[in-house]
Amino acid sequence: MQATQTLNADGSVRFYDDGSHHPQQGTLLGFWIYLMSDLLIFAGLFATFAVLGRSYAAGPSGADLFDLKLVAINTAMLLFSSITYGFALIGAQQGSKKLVLSWLAITGLFGLAFVGIELYEFAHLIHEGANWQRSAFLSSFFALVSTHGLHVSFGIIWLVVLMVQVNKLGLTVANKRRLMCLSMFWHFLDLVWIGVFTFVYLMGVL
Amino acid sequence: MGAQQHDKHDHHGHDDHGHHDDPLAEYHVSYKGYFVGFLLSVILTVIPFWLVMAKVLPADMTKLIILAFAAVQIVVQMVYFLHMNGKVESGWSMLSLIFTVVFVAIILAGTVWVMYHMNTNMMPVHDMRNMVS
Repeated sequence: MQATQTLNADGSVRFYDDGSHHPQQGTLLGFWIYLMSDLLIFAGLFATFAVLGRSYAAGPSGADLFDLKLVAINTAMLLFSSITYGFALIGAQQGSKKLVLSWLAITGLFGLAFVGIELYEFAHLIHEGANWQRSAFLSSFFALVSTHGLHVSFGIIWLVVLMVQVNKLGLTVANKRRLMCLSMFWHFLDLVWIGVFTFVYLMGVL
Repeated sequence: MGAQQHDKHDHHGHDDHGHHDDPLAEYHVSYKGYFVGFLLSVILTVIPFWLVMAKVLPADMTKLIILAFAAVQIVVQMVYFLHMNGKVESGWSMLSLIFTVVFVAIILAGTVWVMYHMNTNMMPVHDMRNMVS
């Protein structure tokens, strides 16, 4: 590391590098940048839906298909899972392995409920003949919503793996770092869901 | 900028240096923060659903309002759940976020704008085919 130095007006030397150390490793920043690139994927899918979302090809529209009560329940599931994940982090801060594992388990259950309800909705749509081949609207709908659903599903797998690791190795520095990464991933998906329920479901019904 | 950096390092100085081993230390998690974020999110979710399901307002106005609610809720969850601020990772997280948000805004606005005009301009083709046949 090189020290940058300049001369002040009165001729005294001023050091800008005071020797304070850099972060040991940039995993959390790197993971954040991954999430930003993930956001670009969703932006592309949102843009596609913005263009094609009203091209029904004489098929059913959002107003015909969407069950907003179901969507509201799904939104609640994700929101509950967000706050319970927060409680798991607080447990980690307090160093309680038991708290972390219990709250992670509850978070996972909410996540499973979300994916389950979404799969039920998809099955219902496909059963009614509203599959992804029916119209451009449904193609872009399934592409966007199922990409989000896949993310949540992989989040649940990650969560289970992390529970095994925390159980086996305890709340080590590495495991706390992993907990933080999954926390970002999980809350990020809730963020994307705000866009989905507003832009796809609520505006699709209007 | 140099002076700012200096200030920040000084500030860091009286922080516990052991914190650097703990990935959680930089993000200040608390029950209060999560409850506030959760409550705000519930309010910002229930109102748009109610507006749409009860058909309270005209459709166009409802669209604008629920988009505004979504934007506010995204910021709320960024702050309370993702613990986003300008200090995390020395500001690099915020910098990459701002870059991505600008990028996403250009993608979304640009796509909608271009495709809307494409749609409008492609319309006459239909009429011309009618004329030929």
